[in-house]
Amino acid sequence: MTAADRPRGWLAALFSRELRLSLRSGGGALIGVLFFLAVVTVIPFGVGPDLNLLARIGPAVLWIGALLATLLGLDRLFQADRDDGSLDLVLIAGRPLEIVVLIKCLAHWAGTCLPLVAAAPVLAIFLNLEPLAIGAVTLTLAVGTPALTLIGAVGAALTVSLRRGGLLLAVLVVPFSIPVLIFGVSASGAAVSEPAPFLAPFLYLCAITLIAAVVGPFAAAAGLRFSAD
Amino acid sequence: MDLANPTRFMSFSGRLLPWLGGACALAFAAGLYLTFFVAPDDYQQGATVKIMFLHVPAAWLAMMCYSIMAISALGTLVWKHPLADVSARAAAPIGAAFTFLSLVTGSLWGKPMWGTYWVWDARLTSVLVLFVMYLGLIALWRTMEDPIRAGKAAAVLTLVGAVNLPIIKFSVDWWNTLHQPASVMRLDGPTIHPTILWPLLTMALAFTLLFLVMHLMAMRNEILRRRLRTLQLGAAGTRVAAARPQAAE
Repeated sequence: MTAADRPRGWLAALFSRELRLSLRSGGGALIGVLFFLAVVTVIPFGVGPDLNLLARIGPAVLWIGALLATLLGLDRLFQADRDDGSLDLVLIAGRPLEIVVLIKCLAHWAGTCLPLVAAAPVLAIFLNLEPLAIGAVTLTLAVGTPALTLIGAVGAALTVSLRRGGLLLAVLVVPFSIPVLIFGVSASGAAVSEPAPFLAPFLYLCAITLIAAVVGPFAAAAGLRFSAD
Repeated sequence: MDLANPTRFMSFSGRLLPWLGGACALAFAAGLYLTFFVAPDDYQQGATVKIMFLHVPAAWLAMMCYSIMAISALGTLVWKHPLADVSARAAAPIGAAFTFLSLVTGSLWGKPMWGTYWVWDARLTSVLVLFVMYLGLIALWRTMEDPIRAGKAAAVLTLVGAVNLPIIKFSVDWWNTLHQPASVMRLDGPTIHPTILWPLLTMALAFTLLFLVMHLMAMRNEILRRRLRTLQLGAAGTRVAAARPQAAE
């Protein structure tokens, strides 16, 4: 009896398939971390190597870098599956497509965004962040990047049939990612500056992720169905 | 009357348009007269308060246009109404234009009053996001070749983007912003003086009529464009069919 035959075993099977595909050769998931590093490295050349200034804008730089790296990897979410035809198999398999999308998003997040979260403390040292701020940025990135992936899944599903959908995908997703950016940066900034509360924006960030976990898979599944027929 | 039939819609809208256009011209004449000769100058802002009579209706229309697109998106996805998709596609550039107008007039008004063309406060930012969403939707429509498939994709995105509408509306209440809070659409009645309120409402009526005229014209154009596309595809198909026996010889 294989994993796919057991009840709910197909969820684990799908998750591990997606994760393996994104991590092994040709998946390109870890290029996102390199891109993240490149963005953070470029910033001191742009704004000057003033350590006080870098410490102040550091959380925002890390968030923008993570946002750009996430956007860069989003077209991998459904594109490869559509190219080799496995997306059509998933569509006709009769499994709830919303759940499939959610699992794919989770695996995509674990493959591309979790390395970003893990890299954030190291890059934060480049930006002269204090230990408390490093913890806050890493925590907000860990909570906030799933929302970016789930929101991005909608754009990825809508542009899946396009030849060069990557740029359009980024344009479509950026407006929706602004609330995530606002609350992520304000929460990580509030951890350092004393009067502003950390918990309120952090809880808003959690709420956005939960909302995205509901809305994203439904809208993305609808988009995939329409692109198939 | 069944307007779902594009042919009936074309004849009905063709008869309606001159009347709407005339009403729109009359409303603009009345609104501009009231704006410049009846509404008093503000005791602090002087003549710059006249910008409000363009700015506020443009901002209302920017949001109403997106609401119409969201309703059309429901019509596309739920009821598969044949004109809903045409209506949404025709409304997007008009909505983008009204949003742009409200942003430009707002920043021209902001320079003398606030001392700056632009601040990153909640109302301005959320309207800018609305503008970017309009442009993204237009880009999505233009990128996909098949209008039916593009319409469905855009409808999904339009519905997801509708979350921005309440954020724009309540941004001035939820956050402390430089932009003033609502003064016309309030539960306890408008808080501005009738000599300013009536010109403003007349201008809002004129803008709404202008939107209706442009929307109907754009919908007619879109229907004609699709008919043309069908004819061209059909003609190309016959050419291919005619060429095929020769290729076989």
